[in-house]
Amino acid sequence: MTDAQAVSPTGAALVSTLAPGAFGDMPKALAVQAIDMTKRFPGVVANDRVSFEAADGEVHALLGENGAGKTTLCNLLMGLYRPDEGRLYVGGKPVRFHSPRDAQDAGIFMVHQHLRLVESMTVAENVVLGSSAPRQLHFSPRAVEKTVAEAAERFQMSVDPRARIWQLSLGERQRVEILKALCRGAKILILDEPTTVLTPQEADQLFSSVRDMAGAGRTVIFISHKLPEVLAVADRVTILRQGHSIATVPAAGTDADDLAALMVGRDVSLEATTRVSQEAGAAVLELTGVWARADLGSDALKDVTVQVRVGEILGIAGVSGNGQRELAEVIAGLRPTTRGMITIGGARLPSGDPRAAIDLGVAYVPEDRMGTGISPNLSIAENLMLKSYRGKAMSSGPVLSNRKAIANAKEMIDRFDIRAPGPRTLVRQLSGGNIQKVLLARELSSGPRVLVAASPTRGLDVGATQYVRRVLADTAASGVAVVMVSEDLDEIFELSDRIAVFYSGRVVGTLQASEANRQQIGLMMVGVA
Amino acid sequence: MTGPLRFERRLDTPKWLNVAVPLASLVLAAVIVAILLLATGHNPISTYHEMYSAAITANGALSSTFVFATPLLFTGLCAAFAFRMRTWNIGGEGQLYMGAVGASATGLALGNWPRPFLIIAMILGGALAGAVWAEIPALLRAYLRTNEILTSLMLNYVAGFLMYYLIYDSTSYWRDLTSPGATVFPTGKTLGPHANWPGITIGSFTLPMGFILGIGLAVGLLVLIRSTRYGFEMRVMGDSPHAANYSGIRTKRKILSVMGISGGIAGIAGSSQIGDFGHVLDPRGLQQAQYGYTGIVVAALALYNPLAVVMVSLLIGGLTNAGFALEGPSFPTGLVGTMEGIILFTVLGGEILARYRISWHRRPVVAAGTARPSATGVVAVGTGAPSGAAS
Repeated sequence: MTDAQAVSPTGAALVSTLAPGAFGDMPKALAVQAIDMTKRFPGVVANDRVSFEAADGEVHALLGENGAGKTTLCNLLMGLYRPDEGRLYVGGKPVRFHSPRDAQDAGIFMVHQHLRLVESMTVAENVVLGSSAPRQLHFSPRAVEKTVAEAAERFQMSVDPRARIWQLSLGERQRVEILKALCRGAKILILDEPTTVLTPQEADQLFSSVRDMAGAGRTVIFISHKLPEVLAVADRVTILRQGHSIATVPAAGTDADDLAALMVGRDVSLEATTRVSQEAGAAVLELTGVWARADLGSDALKDVTVQVRVGEILGIAGVSGNGQRELAEVIAGLRPTTRGMITIGGARLPSGDPRAAIDLGVAYVPEDRMGTGISPNLSIAENLMLKSYRGKAMSSGPVLSNRKAIANAKEMIDRFDIRAPGPRTLVRQLSGGNIQKVLLARELSSGPRVLVAASPTRGLDVGATQYVRRVLADTAASGVAVVMVSEDLDEIFELSDRIAVFYSGRVVGTLQASEANRQQIGLMMVGVA
Repeated sequence: MTGPLRFERRLDTPKWLNVAVPLASLVLAAVIVAILLLATGHNPISTYHEMYSAAITANGALSSTFVFATPLLFTGLCAAFAFRMRTWNIGGEGQLYMGAVGASATGLALGNWPRPFLIIAMILGGALAGAVWAEIPALLRAYLRTNEILTSLMLNYVAGFLMYYLIYDSTSYWRDLTSPGATVFPTGKTLGPHANWPGITIGSFTLPMGFILGIGLAVGLLVLIRSTRYGFEMRVMGDSPHAANYSGIRTKRKILSVMGISGGIAGIAGSSQIGDFGHVLDPRGLQQAQYGYTGIVVAALALYNPLAVVMVSLLIGGLTNAGFALEGPSFPTGLVGTMEGIILFTVLGGEILARYRISWHRRPVVAAGTARPSATGVVAVGTGAPSGAAS
């Protein structure tokens, strides 16, 4: 695959240029091969005799639901975990990694979902930082800048080597991580759900860069649970399910339905969640002329007035960073308002008081699950009582009841189908989908009047996404006023009764979902209409 | 490129390691110290015997170990409690000074009260003074987001100078201005007989009242942390301040209250210094002892567990006591300090074993016998055909 792949910004066109078997015809050296890898954790077999291989110049996607074992497999490949059983070959040679450094010496690098860069340093400095290869005391910024610039140009990843990380967007930071790996001699690059933080345009750009890397003989292992992007970028796809490697198929010979069936182990319809539209009741949540500041002091919300009625889902559409996050935080009491008024069922919500918001019946599913929504090093049971521990249900006087906490956790684990070894399992050990279930279980079991859900399905796999959407629809049907912030227009259209479009901190329009169309909303999102 | 010795972080620490590692560290320390003793011309066996005797068996030795252990118990609890919430109160030293100032003021002012009431007043006076002193870094942290490590540390020096000023450079309430000689050698006023805390005496051994109070506090703190709403909030705050705020915990108040309790405990260390032992505000003695700083070591060795603080304070107290007993013409202070240093260093260093797996091996190599896997068809040349594409 030395001829530059016809790289097109849209994934669909790319797939069509890859004739079936185009990859299979060429004998390729195997870059990495894992055979019967098994990794056990207390109570779970995360990888059960998983086998996986990727050739030089191949883009190989690892597809699976949350908790299927993708991340564990990659942690095994990059030396973060040691396998209990199984063998690993790199370039045909057996290897045994004791640390990520060993894996890096063998040319395996990983770009994590959560980027690991030093924000106050420049791009070039970050590239050299922690580098194991050149053992020189003298650091020549210009030489490094040149190397970085060359790599950036070669793989179409424009970024200024002299810029400081804090000045860059998330997409640019990700490019820095990839360049860092390439400049250090990555032969095998693992990208862990790289598009989560990207806009659609940035994602297309990334796919094109990934094809360039493969064209240059590098191996890219692409972890994802988004079927369209897997089909767009990968040569082959290995599907993991519940810790087993189910199948490896060429991307050109398959389609989204087949992959989805392999992934969840049953025929799934990728159909939309259906909602029974109902008579909206009285307004429960009302924002009147609300202003609020962003973290850096500029106005993030400008004169926002919206109403949400009983049993209604109000979808908040907009390009990320136009005030949606601040809107959610203001309603949840996490961010003070500077002007205006918020009422819930007629009662005024004090500004910037999370406990008052909870007491008034606001449930909040934050965008930043791990950082805000849960306490990762506490158990499932403890996280489930994070908001109810003050009440009589969990304590008598100042003393907490362990028995009640465990009983409550068992009930929630059952009701919300949380997959975990037990109520005492630490939440950080769960998969993304299960963490979101813990969060939803806690928020919904409090009997809320208002539910604010910010990007509730971001980073979740197909099964968990459908589950969360179903829960949101049911919650509205049970008479809760739901505010759903999402950057995914499909999701907005699928679930919302009405859509409020945010641009630059203002509501530029509120439409009935049944009467709105995508073009119209798209234009409003960029401030044109 | 880190050489053959490797440290890998353990994902989970087995429970038995938390007990085995400190014990093994102590044995290792004993071996290293033995070598040091041999090199300096001392007999390790007899030195150890002497230490054992000086810390435990000799006449009055155990009492004197408790004299050192009592303040360490309080300052250890002070650090362990705050550290549980990842609030780094390094100010136990200064809070102890202020506690001593507060307790001696109470003891002097209320000297004619009935003994039980006076003792309670002294405990509260010391606790209040320590807590107020700890609220300064707490307020700065909660409302101005300053780093409490720096502010609480700096305030130790302020408290030290303040205490000196009260006795040496002023005619304060605490200073003795009447007795002959007090003008030449400034001292504090000695508290009345009612202000002496009663210990429990069995034969030649005296268990200070402060130590009993400290054990009670340790149990109370353990219950507070483990099974109350208050402790639950502390654990959430310590793990994720954002999640704490999100779940409606009053995070600012929580910092003030935890720092207040922590400082109050250090303040009681000061009360106990006055009531149990000194009966006079002695700035020089308190500063030389450095109980506040050693308390941080005690808390770290106890892994912030209040009950373990009780044990560790006795261990460190015994060690300090034995060290003082060893000092003499043939056994210089420096050697005692080196021994204590080696023991602390080894035990603290042993903690790394509990958290990391350490292995010794060469660079990853291709094992000669298994260079090419063949039987399974695992060869360096891929077929390109999807392997295992069945299902």
